Amino acid sequence: MSLDNAPDAAFNEALIKEVLAQYPEKAAKRRGRHLNVKKTDDAGSSCGVKSNIKSVPGVMTIRGCAYAGSKGVVWGPVKDMLHISHGPVGCGHYSWSQRRNYFNGTVGIDSFVTMQITSDFQERDIVFGGDKNLEKMIDELNDLFPLNKGISIQSECPIGLIGDDIEAVAKKKNKDIGKPVVPVRCEGFRGVSQSLGHHIANDAIRDWVFEKTKPEWETGPYDVNLIADYNIGGDAWPSRRLLEEMGLRVVGMWSGDATLAEMERAPKAKLNLIHCYRSMNYICRHMEEKYNIPWVEYNFFGPSQIAKSLRKIASQFDETIQANAEKVIAKYEGLVAAVLAKYKPRLEGKKVMLYVGGLRPRHVANAYDDLGMTIVGTGYEFAHNDDYQRTTDYVKDGTLIYDDVSGYELEKFIEKIRPDLVGSGIKEKYATQKMGVPFRQMHSWDYSGPYHGYDGFAIFARDMDMAINSPIWSKFKAPWKAA
Amino acid sequence: MPQSADKVKDHISLFKEPEYLELFAAKKAQFECRPTDEAVAAQAEYTKTWEYREKNFSREIATINPAKACQPLGAVFAAAGFEGTLPYVHGSQGCVAYFRSHLARHYKEAVPIVADSMTEDAAVFGGLNNIVEGLQNAYKLYAPKMIVVSTTCMAEVIGDDLSAFIATAKEKESVPLDFPVPFAHTPSFVGSHTTGYDNQMKGILNYFWDREAQLTATPGTKINIIPGFDGYSVANNREIKRYMAEMGVEATLLGDVSDVFDTPSDGEYRMYDGGTTLDDTRAAINAKATIALQEFCSQKTLEYIESKGQPTASFNYPMGIGATDAFLMKVSELTGKAIPASIEKERGRLVDAITDSQAWLHGKKFAVFGDPDFCLSMAAFLMEMGAEPTHVLCTNAGKEWEEKAKALLASSPFGANGQVWAGKDLWHLRSLLFTEPTDFIIGSSYGKYLEKDTGIPLIRLTFPIFDRHHHHRFPSFGYQGALRVLVEILDRVFEAADAASDISYDLTR
Repeated sequence: MSLDNAPDAAFNEALIKEVLAQYPEKAAKRRGRHLNVKKTDDAGSSCGVKSNIKSVPGVMTIRGCAYAGSKGVVWGPVKDMLHISHGPVGCGHYSWSQRRNYFNGTVGIDSFVTMQITSDFQERDIVFGGDKNLEKMIDELNDLFPLNKGISIQSECPIGLIGDDIEAVAKKKNKDIGKPVVPVRCEGFRGVSQSLGHHIANDAIRDWVFEKTKPEWETGPYDVNLIADYNIGGDAWPSRRLLEEMGLRVVGMWSGDATLAEMERAPKAKLNLIHCYRSMNYICRHMEEKYNIPWVEYNFFGPSQIAKSLRKIASQFDETIQANAEKVIAKYEGLVAAVLAKYKPRLEGKKVMLYVGGLRPRHVANAYDDLGMTIVGTGYEFAHNDDYQRTTDYVKDGTLIYDDVSGYELEKFIEKIRPDLVGSGIKEKYATQKMGVPFRQMHSWDYSGPYHGYDGFAIFARDMDMAINSPIWSKFKAPWKAA
Repeated sequence: MPQSADKVKDHISLFKEPEYLELFAAKKAQFECRPTDEAVAAQAEYTKTWEYREKNFSREIATINPAKACQPLGAVFAAAGFEGTLPYVHGSQGCVAYFRSHLARHYKEAVPIVADSMTEDAAVFGGLNNIVEGLQNAYKLYAPKMIVVSTTCMAEVIGDDLSAFIATAKEKESVPLDFPVPFAHTPSFVGSHTTGYDNQMKGILNYFWDREAQLTATPGTKINIIPGFDGYSVANNREIKRYMAEMGVEATLLGDVSDVFDTPSDGEYRMYDGGTTLDDTRAAINAKATIALQEFCSQKTLEYIESKGQPTASFNYPMGIGATDAFLMKVSELTGKAIPASIEKERGRLVDAITDSQAWLHGKKFAVFGDPDFCLSMAAFLMEMGAEPTHVLCTNAGKEWEEKAKALLASSPFGANGQVWAGKDLWHLRSLLFTEPTDFIIGSSYGKYLEKDTGIPLIRLTFPIFDRHHHHRFPSFGYQGALRVLVEILDRVFEAADAASDISYDLTR
């Protein structure tokens, strides 16, 4: 690596070659398309990598499935609905309470986010089909949890394979119980990652929420939806606070801490503000087409992006809101300065590698920049071309880009680049730390957070500091062993 | 302003600040369309009644908060316990992401497993190409000594035949012909993770004893021990090995994850470390006998071992005095090695400790949930200490277990008021705890929701433990393990006593 902290393009090119050499020929060819070094002329293009393509068998992809994208991401956080993991017991079990979608409410009474509700398929269900039992189950659930506002059916792999008609069940039960029943065809084998599950989940909102309900709602000039913030560690709340402070009225939060009512009334808003573009751009585009609601992408990670986003959002409204945005930015200047004064000296010059889902590999980059840190490698589990296009604005030339990275590749990249910090997931955490490289989980915020907004930035800075500057890293080598 | 750089507030305290409390209240009042607070309070009260309990117990299909996982989780766990072994799952890739995360969250360790990422085309045409490519890539990239294949429900529903597929992959030179690729079909719509453990363990032995070569048994002096699916395996397996060493017994732990899921931090990531050697696994056919530490994780495996002429014995998680006694005596009987004085002293120390503390446990009521074998030994140990297992609930158990558990409770006056709940889930348990409360709950981290709702303290003593660190690094097996379990229970008992005390806030208890 070069001495300054800019990514070293030549080093990274060689590293890709070295890693690919280990694969069998066919796999090397397939994986080669997903690895690249970002160059200037990539601007606006896809960082030179292919994406949203089937994972290569046997290489230890880090990706999940469509069910994870729908139940785990989009639908699971909707708090006043019951979400049935329809199929065998495992999917609901492993995803039970793991995504830290915070909410206010009473679990099992008017909120159901941290529950694992499953039809627990047995062999007879595979043989005879699960529709009959699903009907009965919906009645049982509605009886046990009468304050639920609706029920979603999250399909696991077998549902689509055995030919069940969950749509028919949903229609029938919707009439019977008088509440929305939403069938979601998010079987895990569909698509290549979580991403298709997001899309299918979005389509289910369109077809089974928007098309079925027309809520009465008094609209106002500053009504916005806060879209695709899943309130991990409470992220959406500081975000909401900023929007409210600038005078906007957040009529719906999707889907962290969301109620069904907040989703139903979304088509009445003036503007959609979307944080995680990857998981909910579909429904924003639909609302734009059908209800003429424009949408704006924003980024509330780190003060530079927050200020930029507040101004961008304000520019959609009148001068009052624009002036308010400036006031909000000014209000937090003191906090930002204090956070930077405290943490920047401890973090400046540190190199970071990221590997996360479909948004954060770019969205958090400037938050690191704000702290004087540099992204030297980044990649996504389930991004598409348009995500990589958006990434070029965020990362420097020479940055190593890896799409759907395999366990083998990531380990080699980390070992050779030796960054000062890796931000990725639970599956990557322990191998990285054992190599002596500091790590933060960037899906769950490593059980910390929120990271969004100014309030969140202070926590983000604190957490990166404690990961990198923990005294434990100096103890890895036994003193009786030569350095 | 709620946040400050001086004292950074995260989610634990930030959302208690007035700005956020106001935000929550306004959101609820203006936008959420929630049921009234009265309706919520009334329903919350209603769920505590006998009437709700009856309604809850009358459900036939809905499963709510079940304390069980699916087969392939047990399969990859069993496979992970062998030397240089890469667990491989044939089917959807999302399952593997889940298994890896689930085990990593408990052990705080890397859990390498590969999937062959079957998608829609494989659903139509079958996953043969996936396995041919997948085995080749996994073998080349990760240089394992063995790849152990299990299945997700997707592959099971479409009926992929692992035996034929692996044979084809070998013909196509994905891996060398003599490279070990044991397998097991592990449909998640049958049984649970304990079933998957059993199936995979049997599949591994079957590979070495029948498929790789037709071995015939020549009984020697060693014994085999099959630990079963156990979240405390890291320390428990070491404890079992320590006992065997103390007794001078040569033993092979089949599927020993103790070093696999407990690698050091010294700058090197060991993808493979420890595990039962493949040679020991081959030679295990020549053991004098095989002991399963968890009967309900090992029934098919033991049947298979018996078919090779080897005697077997099984236990229900050797935790507590009687369970450890029985285990050691069986080992002694099988091997002819005496239980040494050193171990007898350990036993005496445990009995000494329980004697000192029994007054704090006598008559205390406990609800226990977890895997079948854990539930049995936990209930038995509680009764040994004079405590009462009031509810013993096991989601992944059937009739056989139910009868065994009832017989166990009937064996002691401390079990006289105990009730056994096979196949029930934690939402059932919630009703039980409201209508027939206990003093404590023993189970996994999932019990924390029961603790929150009922106010009954939870003692975490079984898999998975996500929200406390490193419990699995200390044993629960044997006399030492029992001592540790005793202390964990006592700590909670004393904390509860202190919390409830004002006048009797005693310095000495």
